[in-house]
Amino acid sequence: MADTRDIEVTVNGESHAANVETRTSLGDFLRHGLGLTGTHMGCEHGVCGACTVMVDGEAVRSCLMLAVQTNGHEVTTVEGLAEDDGTLSPLQEAFWKHHGLQCGFCTPGMLTSLTAFLRDNPDPSERDVREAISGNICRCTGYQGIVDAALDVAKTMQKGS
Amino acid sequence: MKPAPFIYHDPATPEEAVALLSQHEDAKVLAGGQSLMPMLNMRFVLPDHVIDLNGVAGISGVVDSGSTLEIGAMTRQRDLVRDPAVNAKIPIMPEALEHVGHFQTRNRGTIGGSLCHLDPSAELPCLMAAYDAVLSAHGPDGVRDIPFTEWPLAYMIPTLGPDELLTKITVPYWSANHGYGFVEFARRHGDFALIAVAALLETDGDTILQASISIGGAGVRPVRLAEAEAALVGGNIGADAFKAAAEVARGIDAMSDAYVSSAYRQRLAATLVERALIKAGERAKGSA
Ligand SMILES: Cc1cc2nc3c(=O)[nH]c(=O)nc-3n(C[C@@H](O)[C@H](O)[C@H](O)COP(=O)(O)OP(=O)(O)OC[C@H]3O[C@@H](n4cnc5c(N)ncnc54)[C@H](O)[C@@H]3O)c2cc1C
Ligand code: FES
Ligand code: FES
Repeated sequence: MADTRDIEVTVNGESHAANVETRTSLGDFLRHGLGLTGTHMGCEHGVCGACTVMVDGEAVRSCLMLAVQTNGHEVTTVEGLAEDDGTLSPLQEAFWKHHGLQCGFCTPGMLTSLTAFLRDNPDPSERDVREAISGNICRCTGYQGIVDAALDVAKTMQKGS
Repeated sequence: MKPAPFIYHDPATPEEAVALLSQHEDAKVLAGGQSLMPMLNMRFVLPDHVIDLNGVAGISGVVDSGSTLEIGAMTRQRDLVRDPAVNAKIPIMPEALEHVGHFQTRNRGTIGGSLCHLDPSAELPCLMAAYDAVLSAHGPDGVRDIPFTEWPLAYMIPTLGPDELLTKITVPYWSANHGYGFVEFARRHGDFALIAVAALLETDGDTILQASISIGGAGVRPVRLAEAEAALVGGNIGADAFKAAAEVARGIDAMSDAYVSSAYRQRLAATLVERALIKAGERAKGSA
C-alpha cells in the first residue's frame, strides 16, 4: 500500500491541506496535486534548474525535495511572482523588455532563482548574475537577455531605494 | 524518473534516527537530498525506508570551542557560507563552498551529506582532509570519533556502520594570521572538480611554520602531500618552494576515466597546488 501523509502547506499565500504519497516530489505535487503547471520539470535530477521554486523564501530544486518535507512551510512558485491583478513583477517586466525568454521552459526557474538572488544581492556585477544562473540551463536565449534583465532590474531597484 | 515506493520516517532526535536505522534492513538517510534524491529519482537506489534527518534536533549549527569549530552534520552549505565563525576561523571553507554546486543546491545540501556521499572530487572531503577534521558517528552504542584519515573506506563509502549516523564534524582551526587558498578546475562552474586543491600556510612573517596541502579528485580519497608539506616547513614563502611542492604533486597516483587521463590529472594537480600555495602565501600575515 502506498505510504501517504497529510500535509498543510502555504503555496503563493494560499493554504492547502493535502494527502500526498511520501515519494512524491514537491515539483510533481505542485503540478499534479495543485495544478500549478508553471513549475517545469526537466531533468529531475537537479541539473537543469527549470523546477526551481522558493521554500520559505530560498530558491531550491523542487525535483530534489519531497512534498511531505514542505509540511508547515511556505512555497512560492512562478505563479506567485506577479501581483494579484496580473501586474508583472519588475523582474518579469524586465524579462519581457530584454527578450529574456524564447520557448519559456527555463523561465520559471530563472525567475524564481533570480528573485531570491536579487533580494540577497541588490547590486550584483554581471559575473555575479551569471554565477547565480549557472545552475539554470537555457537552450534558447544564449543567456544574454536574461543577464541584461537581471542587471536592469537591479539598477532600477537601486535608483528607487 | 520517480522514486520507487518507500516508507518515510521523520525522527525528531538522533537516538530515534539511529533506532530506526537499527530496526530497518534497507534504510537510507535523507539529508539535503542533493545527491540522494537524484539517485532515488533515477532508481539507482531503491531503499524500503527513507529516514529524513531534516527534523532531527541538535545536529545543525556551528559552535566555536576555542580551538575548533564543531559543525553539526545537518548544517546547510549555504549557512556555512554565511556563518560569522566559519568566515573568521576557516575562511577557506566559504571559498571552497562556492565551487559546490549552485546557490540553489547549497540552500539544501549539508556538510554531513557531502562527507557521507564522499564523491572523490567533492570539495568538502578535500578540505576536511587538509584540516585533519574529526567526524563523530552516533550509533546504537553511543558516539565514536573518527579521524578523517580513517573516514574514506572505498569508492564513495565512508567508515560508517549501517546503523550509524554522522552527527558532528570537529575542525581544528589555524591562527587568525594563516594563509589559505582553495582552487579547482572543473569543466563548467558548479560541476564536480577534475582536481581540487586546498592549501594552508602558517608563517612567522617569512618562515613557514606549518603547511597543509590536500588534493581532491585524483583518487577515491583526498591525498595529503605530506612530503611537500614537510619540505615547506622551515623554509621561506617563495616561488621556488612552491614550484618544488608542485613537482611532488605531479607524482601522485591519479585515476583516469572516460573524460581525462591520469597524466592530465597529475599535471592539473601540479598547476593547482602551485596556484593554491601562491594564494595562501599572499594571504599569510605572519603570526610573529
Ligand atoms: C546540480 C548539482 C551540482 C552539484 N555539484 C557539486 C559539486 O560541485 N561538488 C560537490 O561536492 N557536490 C556537488 N553536488 C552535490 C551536493 O550538492 C550535495 O549536497 C552533497 O553531495 C550531498 O549532501 P546532501 O546534504 O544533499 O545529502 P543527501 O543527498 O541527502 O545524502 C547523500 C548521501 O549521504 C548519506 N547521508 C547524508 N547525511 C548523512 C548523515 N548525517 N549520516 C549518515 N549518512 C548520511 C545519505 O544516506 C546519502 O547516501 C551537486 C549537486 C547537484 C544537484
Ligand atoms: S527538473 Fe529539477 S533541476 Fe532539472
Ligand atoms: S527560453 Fe527556452 S530554454 Fe530558456
